[in-house]
Amino acid sequence: MQQSSHIYEFASRARDDNPYLPHLARIVRRVPMVEDNYLFLVRFDDPAMGDSFDYMPGQFMELSVIGTGESPISISSTPTRKGLLEFCVRRMGRNTNALYRLQDNDVIGIRGPYGNGFPVTQMEGSNLLLIAGGLGMAPLRSLLNYALDKRQNYERIILMYGSKYPEDILFRDELESLESRSDIDCMLTVEQAYDLPEAKPWHGKIGMVTDLFKDIKDLDVENTYAVACGPPIFYRFVIQALLDRGFPKDKILMSLERRMECGIGKCGHCGIGYKYTCIDGPVFTYWDAINLPEMID
Amino acid sequence: MKVLKLPKSNREEFVLALTEFGEVHIPKAKGKESYIFDKMESPDEIAWEYLRTIAPPKKYMTPPRESLLRYNTAEGYREVNAEYEQRMILFGLHPCDIHGIRILDEVFSGEYNDTYYFQRRKDVIIIGLSCIPDDKCFCRSMGTDFVESGYDLFLSELHDSYLLAIGSGLGDQIVRKAEDYLRTPTESDRREYLEIRNRRREQFEVELDISDLPYILDLERESEVWDDIGAQCLVCGSCSMVCPTCYCFNVYDQQDLNGENGERLREWDACLYKNYTRVAGGETFRDTRADRVKNRYLHKQRHFVEEYGRPSCVGCGRCVDACPAGINVVEVFQRLRGVA
Repeated sequence: MQQSSHIYEFASRARDDNPYLPHLARIVRRVPMVEDNYLFLVRFDDPAMGDSFDYMPGQFMELSVIGTGESPISISSTPTRKGLLEFCVRRMGRNTNALYRLQDNDVIGIRGPYGNGFPVTQMEGSNLLLIAGGLGMAPLRSLLNYALDKRQNYERIILMYGSKYPEDILFRDELESLESRSDIDCMLTVEQAYDLPEAKPWHGKIGMVTDLFKDIKDLDVENTYAVACGPPIFYRFVIQALLDRGFPKDKILMSLERRMECGIGKCGHCGIGYKYTCIDGPVFTYWDAINLPEMID
Repeated sequence: MKVLKLPKSNREEFVLALTEFGEVHIPKAKGKESYIFDKMESPDEIAWEYLRTIAPPKKYMTPPRESLLRYNTAEGYREVNAEYEQRMILFGLHPCDIHGIRILDEVFSGEYNDTYYFQRRKDVIIIGLSCIPDDKCFCRSMGTDFVESGYDLFLSELHDSYLLAIGSGLGDQIVRKAEDYLRTPTESDRREYLEIRNRRREQFEVELDISDLPYILDLERESEVWDDIGAQCLVCGSCSMVCPTCYCFNVYDQQDLNGENGERLREWDACLYKNYTRVAGGETFRDTRADRVKNRYLHKQRHFVEEYGRPSCVGCGRCVDACPAGINVVEVFQRLRGVA
């Protein structure tokens, strides 16, 4: 009979920090990336909050435009580089449209970080194969830069990134500058390329992201974490290609997109089976997906 | 646990004594055969024989629509205080509804505590009342036909009196204030309790075996039963609204007319709606009605079991009552089990 102590428990839960209350933050700068896609550089208004804030690659935050609403956005910066938080946002719905109307130095609300993030410690000592499709580069960029900053902790690092057109490649300059580095295989591909008069010409590969597998030589798949992020259709092809090559099911990681309202496992919307994408994910293994049939089919 | 006895002749005085501890809410008749939980104006309004209210008592912790934050475009966000001004005494809750609240207590805590839920919950006092099942009750199958804890006081009906179980320190305090109306149970009262309780166990007309239901639901994931139910279901969401354990909500901002102030609200939502899974790009993840019905049923009897070790259905029968298409949750599971 624990009821009386329950009452104290309820009262203490009511006094906990309110998880729904956003902190104020400021847009320091907006960097146009590709069409309808900005990188928002953000810092907390409260410097103490900024100093103590920490996160993991693969986590996300809830971004509020005051007067419009709130959206879950993955963090594109890496915790290894202190300073501004970076969010790569596509103009997609009501709230992200409102976000695009804001100017430098305007105030937004942010809360988080949420989600499990990528298992960066567990992946130490292994090869990393990052596979991005389209906007899926946004969360993987955090992991990529994290791993490059802690380069000695990982064996080979390979990035395969597929976009529709060269004009859609996120972080293109940054990624192309990695192509000359010897400690990472950075492979970009596009489905189609046209010689547009004002566009930067494309001399790279043309084809699907899964075509890049044939350029990977002598990879010890048993000792490799494959980390994929892209639109739903992308997973179907990428995962099949990974399975064909013998990647262990629990070393195939995916960062998934679902509708989220609360970000803290209460509102129900991002549920996949008994998992919530917001607190149990957004990073799941393919082994999880087999047991949760709705995950990628 | 301490157990006292309340003669039926004293029951209204006893309820009046509760008003000293907070605002008393009771089951009241609404029309001919319907009941609601509502504020008590007088003890003669209490529908002592009620079986189920239209809406469950979850509204006292998580109302259909509530404000989470107030905002000002220049100053940002401000928390709203959801606390009750005085204690809310929920009188007459049946075991299924008490189990429902205990399930919500778990869902709204965990890694993150839901501030607003617990601001209300901490002042909610529960006084349970026993019941006799009808042809829609299947709480016995869910293991929720009795309740051992989670209440402050619990009244078990005998012929001319009630046994009164004291479940909390506050319950004890209430009992001390009302001791003039209470008696000590006798040996014959205890016999009477056992006789009534054993007879009640036999009165259930509906039985659903849930022993390996999660496994069966996995096996029957592609069963045509889901297509049949999907074709029948109107995706109106009534079953979720009246469910004592459905907790999903939407969050949205609403601007005042001056354009400077506004509030962030949350509102009950239902997984049967197509928009429930819609993301900003327009994609939805459960396109067919069958997918969405299946998800609701699986959440209650498979996913929740996986996470919390028990189903999130308490067998109250409200969804059976509320469904305009006549879908009966027990019959659905029995068909899947191959016994209907």
